Amino acid sequence: MSDVLLHVEHLSHSFVNGHGSRKQVIKAVDDVSFDVHAAETFGLVGESGCGKTTTGRTIIRLYEPSAGKVTFDGREISGPMTRDLRKYLSNNLAMIFQDPIESLNPRMTIEEIVGEGLKLRGVTNKSERHVQVVEMLHRVGLTEEHASRYPHEFSGGQRQRIGIARAMIVHPRMIIADEPVSALDVSIQAQVINLLNDLKQEMGLTILFIAHNLSVVKYFSDRIGVMYYGKLVEVANSDDLYLHPMHPYTRALLSAIPEPNPLTERHRVRIDYDPERDHDYSKEKPEMRDLGNGHSLYCSETEYEKALKELD
Amino acid sequence: MANDTILSVNDLRISFRTVNGIVQAVRGVSFDLHRGETVAIVGESGSGKSVTMKALMGILPPNAFIEEGSILYNGMDLARADEKTMHQIRGKRIGLIFQDPLSALNPIMRVGRQITEVLRKRGLNKAEARARALELIKAVGIPNPERSFSAYPFQFSGGMRQRIVIAIALAGDPEILICDEPTTALDVTVQAKILDLINQIREERGLSVIFITHDLGVVANMADRVNVMYAGKIVEAGTSEEIFLRPVHPYTWALLESMPDLQTRGRLQAIPGAPPNMLAPPQGDAFAPRSRYALKIDYEKEPPTFKLSPTHTAATWLLHPMAPKMEMPASLKERIARMRKEAEKYV
Ligand SMILES: Nc1ncnc2c1ncn2[C@@H]1O[C@H](COP(=O)(O)OP(=O)(O)OP(=O)(O)O)[C@@H](O)[C@H]1O
Ligand SMILES: Nc1ncnc2c1ncn2[C@@H]1O[C@H](COP(=O)(O)OP(=O)(O)OP(=O)(O)O)[C@@H](O)[C@H]1O
Ligand SMILES: [Mg+2]
Ligand SMILES: [Mg+2]
Repeated sequence: MSDVLLHVEHLSHSFVNGHGSRKQVIKAVDDVSFDVHAAETFGLVGESGCGKTTTGRTIIRLYEPSAGKVTFDGREISGPMTRDLRKYLSNNLAMIFQDPIESLNPRMTIEEIVGEGLKLRGVTNKSERHVQVVEMLHRVGLTEEHASRYPHEFSGGQRQRIGIARAMIVHPRMIIADEPVSALDVSIQAQVINLLNDLKQEMGLTILFIAHNLSVVKYFSDRIGVMYYGKLVEVANSDDLYLHPMHPYTRALLSAIPEPNPLTERHRVRIDYDPERDHDYSKEKPEMRDLGNGHSLYCSETEYEKALKELD
Repeated sequence: MANDTILSVNDLRISFRTVNGIVQAVRGVSFDLHRGETVAIVGESGSGKSVTMKALMGILPPNAFIEEGSILYNGMDLARADEKTMHQIRGKRIGLIFQDPLSALNPIMRVGRQITEVLRKRGLNKAEARARALELIKAVGIPNPERSFSAYPFQFSGGMRQRIVIAIALAGDPEILICDEPTTALDVTVQAKILDLINQIREERGLSVIFITHDLGVVANMADRVNVMYAGKIVEAGTSEEIFLRPVHPYTWALLESMPDLQTRGRLQAIPGAPPNMLAPPQGDAFAPRSRYALKIDYEKEPPTFKLSPTHTAATWLLHPMAPKMEMPASLKERIARMRKEAEKYV
């Protein structure tokens, strides 16, 4: 658990909309810091629009960080983009997208889609590429016969497998999976999660798992980070987070998970989160503080002391 | 009960002409919708849920045709209604919230305008429409209603866009609201707000809701009754309690087993194999090849629908008096016991 693979420090990314007087700056990711250890699954959850996707995309440099630093295995990956860095990134980090339809080029065969990463990596020999593609397809539960087909000929679950094969073909050390199962039905979701778990075990894969289905996140993640409006507000081991949520937003989030039980759902009491009501940051400024045991909380000094007492 | 029936779907069969042949997407679906209730439709991807809903809205693609059956609404058969009639019904009597918010929004029209357009069609004047639109934007939980009113869809996250779509659907003030995975792209707190919102409107206006989702938690939370679909048919139907606590169809068992809850550890129970090819649907029970509980007759003859209670029906040979006794999987049994235990907290 000790070796940090991905280290994110004060990372920010802002979007600028409009021009002149109508210009607005959206701090989509605002001073976010967390570590992901080698071979662990780190879940990132939070309200829609809180910046989960932007965090993932900024780490992998689909977006430029506006501040902060990211290191991967000790090497800085947030600095000026060079050919060398681009290559390092594509060899080590890969992304799986939420929408398996949108993210696959409809005019490319599965072989071309999955093999693309190898090509970029300099595997120029076509038959060698084919061998590796087929091996990867088998690994994700598809067959050689599928290689010559096009994305539209596959079901949602199969397309997501293709996305996973494409990401895994270069044997990255880490995958950023942005809601990889959200668009899938339950039984296929189970297949894809089992597959990711197998890959994790066989290949020592590290995963940043972005999702909003908390039952799935809880099941799949070793640690979980909760985001709210661009800020990371709580990080803890997944059991701790569920048993001892400390941030009022985390509590609200947990109280809102519908469980597949009609007998209890009828009595569900949801907790509301209202930052104005729930915090007083007029005098004390909040910051990320360590509660021990890998649990950290974005809070003021007073809140911190209260949380420590409660955890005792 | 019958007086309360607002919509009645009877033996609906829908197929698609494709280059490879005829795809039999919906193969004899029947269900009723009562005033003020929520009926959930669950089932595997490709089982025909969306196609059935598109038929209700009269928005089937050109290569689709209704082979048989009727959709009775207000004394009309929507399966045979012309485009002019459907135009009167769509968005006004029957509203639809789609899976994919982007396809439902006009990317180059300001959000406020997309809502006021619907309101203006209902006869509100400009100022009324604007005020009502702002109310709706607020009601679906979009922050900064004034600013959002004049923003474009791309300026919102996926979840926010879905709320806009819901605001547009509610602007039509429909009698029936069809929700096709409306909260799939949303996080739970937003989802909770949207579910509350739908429930609130349902109570206030006696709205009837058809709710399609893969999230069984949402079903447990929302649905009065549940229809379980597999390969173009409803294989089991019942009240929420019947489906979650006393399921009898092997597909329902497999579905309930495959979803992790907060207590799940170990490997998930995925359903083995792939859904059937609807170009040539299998004979007999379409789920048989993937079922641990298949009998010989399942491969030969389609099971009839057995009635377990006035509200609970299922199409599986396991219910035939001569079938060998089979029980649901042990892990599901445990889970149901756990569900009952959890519920004791509330009595
Ligand atoms: N291309 C863009 N231009 C302008 N603003 C953007 C853009 N992409 C995202 N945003 C804004 O940045 C914020 C964070 O968005 P992001 O997509 O990262 O959220 P998210 O947590 O992934 O949400 P969701 O759960 O809905 O996917 C939101 O306020 C969003 O509106
Ligand atoms: N335009 C079309 N042409 C041919 N076949 C189609 C078309 N649209 C849908 N189908 C087929 O009809 C069947 C039912 O599709 P439908 O979209 O209703 O599934 P669904 O139950 O809504 O699935 P999901 O949960 O993935 O949304 C599928 O086999 C699908 O391939
Ligand atoms: Mg996102
Ligand atoms: Mg659908």
